Amino acid sequence: MTEILPAQLAEIRDEFLAVDEKSRLQLLLEFSMELPDLPSRYAEHPDLLERVVECQSPIFIFVEVADDGVHLHATAPREAPTTRGFASILAQAVDGLSVEEVLAIPSDFPQMLGLGRAVSPLRLNGMNGMLQRAKRQLAERAAA
Amino acid sequence: MPIEIDESPEFAEYAYPERLVTTNWLEERLGAPGLVVVESDEDVLLYEVGHIPGAVKIDWHTDLNDPVQRDYIDGERFAELLSSRGIARDDTVVFYGDKSNWWAAYALWVFRLFGHSDVRLLDGGRDKWIAEGRPMTTDATARRPAEYPVVERDDSVIRAYKDDVLAHLGNPLIDVRSPEEYSGERNTAPAYPEEGALRSGHIPTASSVPWSKAVADDGTFRPLAELNAIYRDEAGLKDGDDVVAYCRIGERSSHTWFVLQYLLGFNKVRNYDGSWTEWGSAVRVPIAVGEEPGELPR
Repeated sequence: MTEILPAQLAEIRDEFLAVDEKSRLQLLLEFSMELPDLPSRYAEHPDLLERVVECQSPIFIFVEVADDGVHLHATAPREAPTTRGFASILAQAVDGLSVEEVLAIPSDFPQMLGLGRAVSPLRLNGMNGMLQRAKRQLAERAAA
Repeated sequence: MPIEIDESPEFAEYAYPERLVTTNWLEERLGAPGLVVVESDEDVLLYEVGHIPGAVKIDWHTDLNDPVQRDYIDGERFAELLSSRGIARDDTVVFYGDKSNWWAAYALWVFRLFGHSDVRLLDGGRDKWIAEGRPMTTDATARRPAEYPVVERDDSVIRAYKDDVLAHLGNPLIDVRSPEEYSGERNTAPAYPEEGALRSGHIPTASSVPWSKAVADDGTFRPLAELNAIYRDEAGLKDGDDVVAYCRIGERSSHTWFVLQYLLGFNKVRNYDGSWTEWGSAVRVPIAVGEEPGELPR
């Protein structure tokens, strides 16, 4: 817990850790409902989206680098609320950060949210996959 | 009190037709005294997004697994869980869930470990119910707590441990995972995360019969003649066989256990819930790779 997290990540972490396990699931559900639809410019370009195979449900992500920082876009079916919740957490966690800041996010950020027992470590693996893929997309683009 | 069985003709030929209900049967009886509907899903939040009116949620991980040891909860915790969900010992429990009822079958199997007698599956599961436009709600279910007795779990009849499987080698084993997992080409189901088994392959002599073979396109179980063709003609099971089924953590094999036990009527079927995540990491157990069952280890 001594990691230095960007403020918006620390805020999300603290929000989860402040409540009991049952409420953490409720919070995850709220995040899942906040996942915005894919912007139409990406919806029309499925080739840009990357499948997160670590997730049990079909989810696709795309990381955009704009003038105002990084944005993560994701699409996942309504029948996969846990996966949508993970995507929504990450989308809000990285939004507007610089590329360097996103690359510096600790890889075990998903494990910091206190969801292991309520969600199961297996299910949490999906969020690890999303974070790693987002970072890899950014690293590739930074190197190009 | 147990409730009347579903006499639908499509179930009549199965060995135990009373273990299945149709979506129609269930919708007509929602709210009936003595009937409890249980949703069990892979996605831990799916119930919250919408469930059958009056259904309660039981999660395989947070409710049925022991939080510390890799095992199921004990009789006291099971009694607490069922009491809190308003389930009495003689209630009829109908299970349904996502993924063609994998987790519903798993929960049903755990209920059987505790000897809960009247357990049934909703044929076609959650997807069929929704596809038919039947009612769903996000309203919280309020059931009056029940007093479920403390019953000791009996693992001896329908559950196999690793040592049981070692002693069983030479008798029929059914591997219900995907062909890729069976051959050892991969360690997890296609599109599923790595679950940490150290070796890939299958238990020597096991036949590969992926769970999904038992299910038609609409998620319902295939008719008896088709199931016989798959499990008797192709996999070679015979009446009187002692059968063990396994997968990765025991959920898909609960589904096959249900088919073998209740639809085909084999009377000695065990689910090896340790499955590949245990076998594939255990030291000095035999493993076969490739598409063939492999030799019986000496």
